[in-house]
Amino acid sequence: MPGKLKVKIVAGRHLPVMDRASDLTDAFVEVKFGNTTFKTDVYLKSLNPQWNSEWFKFEVDDEDLQDEPLQITVLDHDTYSANDAIGKVYIDIDPLLYSEAATVISGWFPIYDTIHGIRGEINVVVKVDLFNDLNRFRQSSCGVKFFCTTSIPKCYRAVIIHGFVEELVVNEDPEYQWIDRIRTPRASNEARQRLISLMSGELQRKIGLKVLEMRGNAVVGYLQCFDLEGESGLVVRAIGTACTLDKLSSPAAFLPACNSPSKEMKEIPFNEDPNPNTHSSGPSTPLKNQTYSFSPSKSYSRQSSSSDTDLSLTPKTAPYPQGPRIYLCPSSPSLSCGSLHLKKSCLLLSESSLPPHHSSLVSPVLRKSVSFSEELFLAASGMGSGSAGKEGGPFKALLRQQTQSALEQRGGSPHRFCRRREFPFFTLTAFPPGFLVHVGGVVSARSVKLLDRIHNPAFVGIMGNTRSYKLLDWNSFNSDEPETRDAWWAEIRQEIKSHAKALGCHAVVGYSESTSICEEVCILSASGTAAVLNPRFLQDGTVEGCLEQRLEENLPVGCGFCHIPYDELNMPFPAHLTYCYNCRKQKVPDVLFTTVDLPTDATVIGKGCLIQARLCRLKKKAQAEANATAISNLLPFMEYEVHTQLMNKLKLKGMNALFGLRIQITVGENMLMGLASATGVYLAALPTPGGIQIAGKTPNDGSYEQHISHMQKKINDTIAKNKELYEINPPEISEEIIGSPIPEPRQRSRLLRSQSESSDEVTELDLSHGKKDAFVLEIDDTDAMEDVHSLLTDVPPPSGFYSCNTEIMPGINNWTSEIQMFTSVRVIRLSSLNLTNQALNKNFNDLCENLLKSLYFKLRSMIPCCLCHVNFTVSLPEDELIQVTVTAVAITFDKNQALQTTKTHVEKSLQRASTDNEELLQFPLELCSDSLPSHPFPPAKAVTVEKASPMGEGNFRNRSAPPCANSTVGVVKMTPLSFIPGAKITKYLGIINMFFIRETTSLREEGGVSGFLHAFIAEVFAMVRAHVAALGGNAVVSYIMKQCVFMENPNKNQAQCLINVSGDAVVFVRESELEVVSTQQPTANCQPSCTGGEVTT
Amino acid sequence: MTSELDIFVGNTTLIDEDVYRLWLDGYSVSDAVSLRVRSGILEQTGATAAVLQSDTMDHYRTFHMLERLLHAPPKLLHQLIFQIPPSRQALLIERYYAFDEAFVREVLGKKLSKGTKKDLDDISTKTGITLKSCRRQFDNFKRVFKVVEEMRGSLVDNIQQHFLLSDRLARDYAAIVFFANNRFETGKKKLQYLSFGDFAFCAELMIQNWTLGAVDSQVADMDVDLDKEFLQDLKELKMLVADKDLLDLHKSLVCTALRGKLGVFSEMEANFKNLSRGLVNVAAKLTHNKDVRDLFVDLVEKFVEPCRSDHWPLNDVRLFLNQYSASVHSLDGFRHQALWDRYMGTLRGCLLRLYHD
Repeated sequence: MPGKLKVKIVAGRHLPVMDRASDLTDAFVEVKFGNTTFKTDVYLKSLNPQWNSEWFKFEVDDEDLQDEPLQITVLDHDTYSANDAIGKVYIDIDPLLYSEAATVISGWFPIYDTIHGIRGEINVVVKVDLFNDLNRFRQSSCGVKFFCTTSIPKCYRAVIIHGFVEELVVNEDPEYQWIDRIRTPRASNEARQRLISLMSGELQRKIGLKVLEMRGNAVVGYLQCFDLEGESGLVVRAIGTACTLDKLSSPAAFLPACNSPSKEMKEIPFNEDPNPNTHSSGPSTPLKNQTYSFSPSKSYSRQSSSSDTDLSLTPKTAPYPQGPRIYLCPSSPSLSCGSLHLKKSCLLLSESSLPPHHSSLVSPVLRKSVSFSEELFLAASGMGSGSAGKEGGPFKALLRQQTQSALEQRGGSPHRFCRRREFPFFTLTAFPPGFLVHVGGVVSARSVKLLDRIHNPAFVGIMGNTRSYKLLDWNSFNSDEPETRDAWWAEIRQEIKSHAKALGCHAVVGYSESTSICEEVCILSASGTAAVLNPRFLQDGTVEGCLEQRLEENLPVGCGFCHIPYDELNMPFPAHLTYCYNCRKQKVPDVLFTTVDLPTDATVIGKGCLIQARLCRLKKKAQAEANATAISNLLPFMEYEVHTQLMNKLKLKGMNALFGLRIQITVGENMLMGLASATGVYLAALPTPGGIQIAGKTPNDGSYEQHISHMQKKINDTIAKNKELYEINPPEISEEIIGSPIPEPRQRSRLLRSQSESSDEVTELDLSHGKKDAFVLEIDDTDAMEDVHSLLTDVPPPSGFYSCNTEIMPGINNWTSEIQMFTSVRVIRLSSLNLTNQALNKNFNDLCENLLKSLYFKLRSMIPCCLCHVNFTVSLPEDELIQVTVTAVAITFDKNQALQTTKTHVEKSLQRASTDNEELLQFPLELCSDSLPSHPFPPAKAVTVEKASPMGEGNFRNRSAPPCANSTVGVVKMTPLSFIPGAKITKYLGIINMFFIRETTSLREEGGVSGFLHAFIAEVFAMVRAHVAALGGNAVVSYIMKQCVFMENPNKNQAQCLINVSGDAVVFVRESELEVVSTQQPTANCQPSCTGGEVTT
Repeated sequence: MTSELDIFVGNTTLIDEDVYRLWLDGYSVSDAVSLRVRSGILEQTGATAAVLQSDTMDHYRTFHMLERLLHAPPKLLHQLIFQIPPSRQALLIERYYAFDEAFVREVLGKKLSKGTKKDLDDISTKTGITLKSCRRQFDNFKRVFKVVEEMRGSLVDNIQQHFLLSDRLARDYAAIVFFANNRFETGKKKLQYLSFGDFAFCAELMIQNWTLGAVDSQVADMDVDLDKEFLQDLKELKMLVADKDLLDLHKSLVCTALRGKLGVFSEMEANFKNLSRGLVNVAAKLTHNKDVRDLFVDLVEKFVEPCRSDHWPLNDVRLFLNQYSASVHSLDGFRHQALWDRYMGTLRGCLLRLYHD
């Protein structure tokens, strides 16, 4: 009994009228957790009931605490008939399970009903008392922090970045259960919401376990997705990057740990301490795990039998002959070995050998003194390679080796244990300085699968009888299922890994996975950026000092990551290399594509811009296998065209690198859509891009020739214009200075990708346009003409606007504090007949362009501003419908300083913040006092009441202050970015992960599809804000709308929508207020973390 | 290619003041779009008509959703669905409750009932204000009226508290409620020259001095209903004109004091008895509801028009009224000095305001 959950229902307000006769409501509340339910008294005849209930106490396992949501139902009491539900609130109590986050959830929550939307609010207080129970087997992972943010959270320091964690959970979709035919839509929706909430909880707990096993204490870049597979079920899957994080004592400064070691030690929240000293002193850790392995509980049987090679709860410790250290890490084949079967041997570790290993651990002090060269030497010798100690040798090779050894052998020194990891993937897109050494290029893999293994009679029978939506172990019904899903992903990841290896890289950063499902066909996609990483972050017990310095001495600032990681003489694909334009020492490619954010130290010329490639391909309607085959045949062509478009558009902008590249392929009944978004920049280290040449196929025709040259001119003009617009003026460099002949610029693909069907065959595309030296567009038919035209139709944003899909806009750094996050959704219906690929392309292109234009228009009052993190999602809900959803944030910046690169934005935002505050105060103050001279309102009409009018005694009657003065709703900011301009994030309160369904049977009355969805999205925002506010936060960062599935049936006047959002709830302090806070900080920090902080392994 | 669905939802709800005004003015989306096109916004921003259409639709949808909340402004402050900065909330409320001078003159003093609502068509045609806007304004009047009608405490405060209006607008609404409750006639032809501001000014004076609230601040309806006792007492003033000696004495006192100071002295002297009779008779008649309703008609007929026909300058009117009310204190035979002051103090203010072309 490790936890006590306490809930108090305080009051309600703005309840709907449930009794027509009295125009009032007799409301009461049911509080449910797990299988326990409490009820409040009925508060008669009020729309603003004051229950002020006792504390309802639930005594529960921490496992349940993690999985189950707290469910609060508000009902209207009815003496004669059944009580009517008003609505529900689901509260995820996970943030209360780790110290340092929220300690109490308290506030007004919107009461939500899946049919009526928000119906009033309820004030709830929730607390959790956690008890330590060290002797239990660990099934819960309370205490592991989760962050959606894809970089190291602002008030933490990464001690170690362990690597990839992933998990998936499968269940049947309640919407497709037989019982759904007889239950109400409301019951069905609620069943679904609850199930998904449970599944996310379980998934998070399981991921947490993996993290604990890796000796981490946090997951960064946590991305959880739902696959609504329809009949075949519901898959909830998540990926993330396991890390060991240290809280920084002061949010304002990025202090190295050694500056205040004692303090930081206390700050480490959940003694899941990675440091070897605690390690050695606490032998209970491995012991516990040991015990665990002998008693696999039911809920884990799925995992152990699954193909999920990365996880097993048995302690897999890898023996290494001389090494004293134990790593409880998921064992898997190392990169170089590449064989899946090797891991078995690692598992067979004799238990008895554990304690001695521990006791012989090297002390941390000793470890810290290990110098760089020694480590290098050891690494090299450990590898058995001949390059040991060659300081003067090619640094690249050395680094690569080091990374490799770090990833494969975890430190590589002979006295350490081998730490093997199957997938060296990182979901992070921004990294601590120095982490990213080289970037190889984008790697991606897709695979088309058939969701057809559902016909299992036993399965259906049992599930049908399950009324409680307790998670069922899929495995027990159909052993194939999780195997399949896991195996699918494992296959794709394997492919990604091999691509990365081909690029001479040992890691993949900015890694993400996605699916697109249409009927029974599913496209699985994964992509990332192959990279060489600095091993010091991947090792236990980082040696901060000398290693870092050493690395930075040798790494040229601002261009290192551009240098090729692969061997020049043995390139994985034909590419054109030149010497780096920055340092002139290393080779760089001519174009660089990546899925990560622009590194902070990169040297960029001018500003960046959003670049999109859009593409549609018609496909014949087909069934099952035939359909899957048709799709996989189309995929390579789509990839190729998307890539060509990106390349053309990049050239047209006069830029040479893409960051944050995201290619989404969506499958529909009769078409495939491809949408690639990225932020183009001009990297100073890369060569100037060449222009675009147009060539006609029929050179004899005079007028045609003229047309061609006209087009050529237009293109050249556009390039010139763009260069001016984005302020791209690279310094002129004569070729002699560089010292090596720079040949005619050739465009080469850095994108390595492949398609695979269920088979393992890998088709690699050569996207380099053969061996042509110049980038030539050949116009040989109308199609090509269209392509060129479409290139030129992209209009730049109006002046004062910039846009990008990365965190921040390269070239702008003087942000002011005004931000506006928004979601915009558009659905268009295609005129169904005689659709051609061109018409489709044009429609799609217009849709996206018009959407962007609308955004620019709507946000014109914020000029000068930049749309950041522009995230487009395409779906094809029906035959002729295309839905595009955009979420982004508009941030204002200071135009006057736009040209300067000095970081004076701090002062600016200070001023801005203070004026903001005044603005906020103004209204309430003026309402309650007449004496203030200035009037906030514009003169209403021509009505005048003379001030000098004789005021009778009436004027002095005591006036009560208007109620609004002190009770306005606190502002909660939302942003898809990991930061808030002009403010410091002082605390992370936990992740927000919410799933809502809304359905209507009166679509017309609610304002049609637009009215319905508009209201729903506004409600979703409101519920997110309410939860954040209740946690004590004032912002959501890294906010993302992961799913927005909209279905309509106008004939039946019905519509349904599912939305899944997530983000990190945080507390931020304006930089202007920071000084005040920092004086109070010591007290804040000293608060003992008594609620769950000590929960250990 | 047709747009099935097109929405934009911001974390902070975007409010376009221009579109809000168009919406309040009751224009349809297409009318609003063409009006916006005419304003030259396309040229300024380089947007297309389609963009404008989509933007206008979006704003209209937002306003439509907000309208429910605007009916009870405190709800707008407490609701969680739309995150709107306080200054914007104030603007939304203030503009929503703002009304057109032309419209308010049509319904001022009328019963805020269904019957009047039916006449909105005619008012719309007459004033050129869209029917939709007329309905909103009428419904606002009615809503405010219903809420504060039976309430204790100061009328202006109650309105401000329940509708969060600015002081000025709350005062205007107080006047509207006061007029609607007492059904003062304001539509007669001879009253057409008066603005809403004139009436609102009078209403404020009357609320302050002639209502129940003026004597007791704890009564329900205190600011809405006139003090019946006071109106009954006003009969006593009749002796000022009925008693011939008193009337003569009063006249001589006024004439002595104003001799040489008034440009229209002879006219005043000639008309004194008529004017005084008019003013006192208005007071004496106020016991009947019918006569209360005709208060402004009577004041204009009995005082404003005679003076205007003799071309009294405003300053002379002021001097006269001051002297006229002050001199009563010197009438030894007259005992109702306090009553007279309560009556005349307000009436003097009203008359001065009403006296213009």
